[in-house]
Amino acid sequence: MKYLRSFALFWWSFVVGDDWRVAAGLAVGLGLTSLLTHEGVNAWWLLPLAVAGLLAASLRRETRRSS
Amino acid sequence: MSTGTVLVILGAFLASAVEFVEALTIVLGVGIVRGWRSTLMGVAAATIGLAALVAALGPALRVIPIDTLRLIVGALLLAFGLQWLRKAILRSSGYKALHDEDEAFRRQREEATRAGEEQHAGLDWYSFTVSFKGVLLEGLEVVFIVITFGSAQGRLGPAAAGAGAALVLVVAVGALARGPLERVPENTIKFAVGLLLTSFGCFWGAEGAGVEWPGDELSLLGLVAFTAAVSFALVRLLRRQRLTLVPAEVNP
Repeated sequence: MKYLRSFALFWWSFVVGDDWRVAAGLAVGLGLTSLLTHEGVNAWWLLPLAVAGLLAASLRRETRRSS
Repeated sequence: MSTGTVLVILGAFLASAVEFVEALTIVLGVGIVRGWRSTLMGVAAATIGLAALVAALGPALRVIPIDTLRLIVGALLLAFGLQWLRKAILRSSGYKALHDEDEAFRRQREEATRAGEEQHAGLDWYSFTVSFKGVLLEGLEVVFIVITFGSAQGRLGPAAAGAGAALVLVVAVGALARGPLERVPENTIKFAVGLLLTSFGCFWGAEGAGVEWPGDELSLLGLVAFTAAVSFALVRLLRRQRLTLVPAEVNP
């Protein structure tokens, strides 16, 4: 059980990292892009904007915590 | 050679170089203090483990439809890229200490000196496990970056070549220096890798979701420029914010 837990924790920190909200935001961004594209909108602009917003928000949280 | 291929080679080379430098610091720290036999056995065991992982993942990737693969790869690259970029921005703006390879090497040597003697199967167990874990964990990141970078557009060869060149360079310079590579501008490289991983992640993730990029692969350059502009703006903003918050500490 202990090994299973450390295995899961390793993959969580490897893929998700320090801020799970970024990973969750990316999933939402990709989902929205897929949805819009299937509705006929070529939403190439959505993901770069989502990335910029998620990065800024994550840094804001981190710097507020450490100051 | 297309823009995409050049960026794949560059990204795989830089990302792998950073990971190899960190692995080299661990291996040198243990090997110099406790001897090379068990340390190198640990390196060899980790390398075999990584090769087995590549052999298992490679064929598995071929059965996944290309759009699904690009979506998964894009999501993974974005997750990795934003982690690298976030840390690099925090370090550049002074919110996080710069990674000091010389300090890591000194700590590794101290721990190796303090650790007790324990023999298993004729090996110094400390040297074996520390070098095994170090190489496996740093190597795992290289394997994932190379496979994700290479698989999305059938450029596994160029990505592996970039990683191979980084390995040769880091090992050669490490052997010549006989010490950690503390003069490597690690944060600058991590910044560049973060930019490339994030840009490729955006490109393939969106393509996998059905997007058609204006200008096709050329839009990758636009994505790198956009991500760089946002990141540098954030560094400037955070530096200014930090100076406002702690003027006495930064400007004594």
